[in-house]
This record gives sequence, structure tokens and C-alpha cells, in this order.
Amino acid sequence: MSKQKIIPIGPYHPLQEEPEYFKLFCDGERVVDVEWETGYNHRGIENLAEKKTFEQIFFLVERICGICSTSHPFAFANCMEEICGLEIPDRAKYIRSIVGELERIHSHLLWVGLAGHFIGYDTVFMWAWKYREPVLDLFEIISGNRNSYAMFKIGGVRRDIESSKFSPIRKELDILTRKIDLLTGAVMDDPVIHARTKKVGTMTKQDILDYAAVGPTARASGVDIDVRRDDPYAAYPLVDWKVITAGEGDVFAKAKVRLLEMYESVKIIQQCLTKMEKLPEGDIETEVWEVPEGIGTGHAEAPRGEVFHFVMTDGSNSPVRHKIRAPSYVNIATFKKSCVGQTISDAAISLAAVDPCYCCTERMATAYDIHSKKQILSGEDLIRLSQAKTRKLKKTVL
Amino acid sequence: MTKTMENRLFIEDINARFRDSVLSTTEHSRLRITVTIIPEAVVNLTEFFYKEKGFRFITASGLHSKQGFEIFYHFSNDMSGHVINLHVVLQHEQPVIQSLTEKLSAANWIEREIHELLGIDFKGHPNLVPLLSKDNWPEGTYPYQKDFK
Repeated sequence: MSKQKIIPIGPYHPLQEEPEYFKLFCDGERVVDVEWETGYNHRGIENLAEKKTFEQIFFLVERICGICSTSHPFAFANCMEEICGLEIPDRAKYIRSIVGELERIHSHLLWVGLAGHFIGYDTVFMWAWKYREPVLDLFEIISGNRNSYAMFKIGGVRRDIESSKFSPIRKELDILTRKIDLLTGAVMDDPVIHARTKKVGTMTKQDILDYAAVGPTARASGVDIDVRRDDPYAAYPLVDWKVITAGEGDVFAKAKVRLLEMYESVKIIQQCLTKMEKLPEGDIETEVWEVPEGIGTGHAEAPRGEVFHFVMTDGSNSPVRHKIRAPSYVNIATFKKSCVGQTISDAAISLAAVDPCYCCTERMATAYDIHSKKQILSGEDLIRLSQAKTRKLKKTVL
Repeated sequence: MTKTMENRLFIEDINARFRDSVLSTTEHSRLRITVTIIPEAVVNLTEFFYKEKGFRFITASGLHSKQGFEIFYHFSNDMSGHVINLHVVLQHEQPVIQSLTEKLSAANWIEREIHELLGIDFKGHPNLVPLLSKDNWPEGTYPYQKDFK
């Protein structure tokens, strides 16, 4: 039997959105199996939610994820409005979609940057994160916060976007579109990026269906699902946009889907702003008097895929049960398919391709020899390995 | 949304095919339905939803109420935008239900999670070890179990 090594990645740093710990079982250069453990940073959010009022839960679920902090309030609002049978004002719908799409843009830019870093393109990392900054500034203009915007409430939104703010948003979107053009061109035309990401971490359509994966991970494998279109909410049915899909299922396809989705987000925001001009300012919420007894299921399309909330109420002002399923919960399970069979140097980018918030990984990743228990590689070594592969390829391809 | 699904026809279809298994059906809204079934039928209904109807398994929610241990299996019909909840109630003492993992890989982790939080035994699960609290939680203690005495 060949000598097998285990490369553990994690447990994660508490800053991490979802704490994870990966053990990569390697036979020489090749990954033969992946194991996953979690619970290192279990915060008991579902239990906490049962002890808070519905209004307070918005602030709680907003803190589940720092990057896409509006996705959970979005799904929770959809869920509660379904229980209450509420229809929210059009202006609130447009505001919700604007916030949701701005978030998608900055989250995708963040991913493009990290993916670039993992394969040794630190210029892409610097550019993408630089272009992301103005989006966060827009959030500051809209909500007063660069992150955790506290915009949502049952029945509408907490604050209006006044027409005086439309012009800086539009101006920034125009600049941003040109920057995304630049990034997309750089990524799509680079032969080394093609060599590093095509046919790497491939997921077939059937794999996606078996693991019930969602978001860009699913759409890159030809599974045409998007909650914004399939179960329309907020302003998505009121504006013109399309769902981006690709068929290859590899890392390149996932990058392509995310890059092209940013254009759709820009399109959605521009249309929302135009339509909001015709609506009276200040009409942003429907008053809620009581939350009846019942069950509700609400979902929303976060940058990483479908966020799902289930709430059971008993007529009081707190839920009896609040179940939350983030997209990474189903997407991370796909590693078993996407990572196995790859070389270790492709493992980092294959894992990062589903966008599991990978920024803290390298701090805690180490590789051990299964027999001697000696550390053989650290997480930083893994990324260096990935970057070295790109450098080698550059010499041969370019 | 590319294809509509009429609630009435769906409920009639379910009732006709699984007459002995379906206890009740509730229509919450145009796109939300809950089907309460006997626990023994969970694998059959799941296979019907996943294989025949093409529904996507979203997740499952477990809870402990006065009725017993309840599980809601959530499915999404991405063609029509429906969310269908498959609802089962298990008795307070020794809650057991058949695992879906053999038929549906996506149910693997959530069954482990429900098992460790509520103590529900999923028969036939290939690896029913704790998902969240491995090595740092006393065995046989289930944080979401309630005392109704």
C-alpha cells in the first residue's frame, strides 16, 4: 500500500464565517479523500433567536455572516412576511433589491480577489479588493455603515434611499462597470488562468443535484436555479435581468458565472433607481400589528446561493423554532467530489471555488505525515505550492 | 419561474398515491404547502419528491414540542417556486426514523445535526456522529430536547 498523508486545513479562526476543518488525505501529490469537521465556533444562533423578539432577530441574523450581512435578514423578512401575509410597498422592494445586489457585487469581487491570490495572481487580488472599496462606501452613503447595514424589518426597510443619493450611486456603478470589464477581460483571456482553472475542481450536473448545492456553484454546472427568479421576491420580478449559467462545472466556469453576475446586479440596481424616481419618498414600510401562529419558510439568493429560514410562531413575539440554513452548508459538502482526484496544488483553488469564506484558512492549516505524525506542510505552504504551479505554467504558456 | 404547479392538483396527486401515508395537507399560501405523513413513509415520499417530481432538498428542521419530536423536511420545486414541507411527528420516547442519506446525499449532515441536537435516531445513516459538537459534548445530552413534564 502506498504511503498516505493527511493534510488538515483548519480549525478556523473565529473571524471566519463558517468554522471548518478539512483533512485532505493524500497519496503522493494526489488528494484521495476529504473529511470535514465543524463546530469549533458554534454560536447557537438558532437557540438565541428563540429568546429574542422578531425585531431583534434581524440584528442577530445580520451577524451570521460579515460579508453578505443582508442575505439572512432578507430571507428572514421573506419568511416573516409570508407568515403575516404581508405585501410591502414597492419602494421598499426596490431598496431591498438595491442593497442585495450591491452586496452581491462586493462579495463576488472579494471572491475574485481571493481566487487570484490562491493561484498566485496577487495583482488581481489587489485590484478586485480596491474596486470593492467604493461599493462599501456606497453602503455608507445608503445606511451609514460599510457593513451590517441594518436596513431590513418586517414589512419593509428601516430607512429610505433619498433621491439625492441616486447620483453618487449611479456614478459609482458606471465606474464599477468599467472596472469589472477590466477584470473580466484579464481573467477570461489569460492562458495561465485557463490552465489553472479549467477542468479543475469539476462538478457534474448530477453531483450538484445529489448534494443539493446552490448558487454560482450549481449554476456553473448547468443547474439553472436562482431563487430571485424561481420564487420571486423584492423587486426582482419588476426589473429585467437574466440568470447566468455555465455548463463546464470547473473553477473557471464558477469564476465566469460570478463575473457575469456582477453585470446583472448593476443592471438591476440601475433599473431599481429609475423606477424609484416615480415613487413617493418615505413610503417604505407596511405596519405590522401582530405575528399570527403558524409556520413560515423564506429564502433569498445570497451571493453564495440560497439562504433558507424556517420559523414556527405561536402568536407571541418570539419564534418557537428558527432554523437557518446558509448556502455553504450544502456547498461545502461538494468538496468530496470536487477535490478528490486533484493534486494538492489544485486543492486550495478547488476548495475556494465554492466561496466558503476562505480568508483565514492558511493560519491554521498544516499537513502531517500519517505515519510519523510530523508536520510536513502548512496552509501557507499549500498556497505557496499553488502559486508556484502558476509561476511554472507562466514560463511554459507565455 | 418557468412552469406552474397547481396546489390543488398536487395535493390531489399526493393523496391519491399515498392514501395510507398522508395524514393531512395544509396550504399556507400560493407557493407553500405542508404535507404531514406517518414517519414510516418518509423514504417513499422523499423518493417521489426527489426522483419523480425533481424537487431539490433544501434542509430539514427538527424541534421538540408537546406533540413529540417534529421534523420538517423542506423541498423546493425550482420550476414553480414552491416550498413543500414534509412533516413527521415522532413519539417523545425513543424517537426513531429512517435515514434519507442512502437515497439523498444532501440529507447526510442535517440528519447528523438533528441527531445531536434532539437525540433523534436516524436508522441506516452511514455515519451518525455529531456534526457540531464532536469530542466536546457529553454523550446522551441533547440541548434542544425540552422537558414537558
